[in-house]
Amino acid sequence: MREKKEFIEGLKDGLPICLGYLSVSFAYGMRAVLAGLPLGVAGLISLSNLTSAGQFAGTNLILAGGTCLEIAVTTLVINLRYFLMSLSLSQKVEEKMPLRKRLAVSFGVTDEIFAVSMQHPGPLSAAYMAGMILLPVAGWTGGTLIGGMATNLLPERLSGALGIALYGMFIAVIVPPARKSRPVLFTVVFAGLCSIGIRYLPWIKELSGGWGIIIITILVSGIAAVLFPVKAEREEE
Amino acid sequence: MDMTRVLISVGVMAGVTYLIRMLPMAAVRKRIENVTVRSFLYYVPYAVLSAMTFPDILEATGSAATAAVGTIAAVALAFWGKGLLTVAVGASAAVYLASLLF
Repeated sequence: MREKKEFIEGLKDGLPICLGYLSVSFAYGMRAVLAGLPLGVAGLISLSNLTSAGQFAGTNLILAGGTCLEIAVTTLVINLRYFLMSLSLSQKVEEKMPLRKRLAVSFGVTDEIFAVSMQHPGPLSAAYMAGMILLPVAGWTGGTLIGGMATNLLPERLSGALGIALYGMFIAVIVPPARKSRPVLFTVVFAGLCSIGIRYLPWIKELSGGWGIIIITILVSGIAAVLFPVKAEREEE
Repeated sequence: MDMTRVLISVGVMAGVTYLIRMLPMAAVRKRIENVTVRSFLYYVPYAVLSAMTFPDILEATGSAATAAVGTIAAVALAFWGKGLLTVAVGASAAVYLASLLF
């Protein structure tokens, strides 16, 4: 009974992610098919990868005839941030969660699912995670297939507006705690400034993409952890 | 297009991505007691999400001006404690309205 309730709660929390994914994956499916990838392969990539930037880069490499090694290294670098997210999540899921459920749940670690998980109060059960992951996977795969079939249905104005939806969710996760806690505000502002710096400062521009995010995350979280160690009770808020 | 090569490539992408996600979750099954490591992991979401949002959000709509309007709307809604869906839809609506003006 408790499991069912948590599963439904997860479904509800996954719905906004699913809607955001529909529009992004729509664009992915459209581009992949126009570039010459069979529709089924585009759908398979979305279903089996469940990533944005990682699979976009991988798809481009496949189309350009890249080697498996190139594809593996590119995917690794762009997606390495999931390692940190998964590590953070390992402390947030119920400690008693059995290995097989951990293996299943970890498939669904995306930026957005991670963001929603970390904002959920209390430990995360497998039922809740399963519910939250289900609709986004369906939305991501379905959106890819629809986008690949309908090569230009979405008016530009609308797709531009939808393009900001997922970032809006990130902001909804980071702003309220930053308002309440100085250390979180420090982390958010510092990481944002570093990321802007990496993008526009000429001599470190090469760090953009996968590595940049990872280095910033480790650096900023590390400094924040040393400056503002979190006492166990405060974390439970 | 050589379908075997394509399917192997897709398998490589999926395999690498899954391993990255699965290893920490499967390997770290106990509560970490070290305060610095716990604190580090506590700050990871805020650092990673902020670094991913800025400055990319300004390129998310195809126009820096409409994206800026959307960003301000999102921050304001989040500041007033609105939920994920409200913030996401509000930011999209703000971008749409701004694109009618600019």
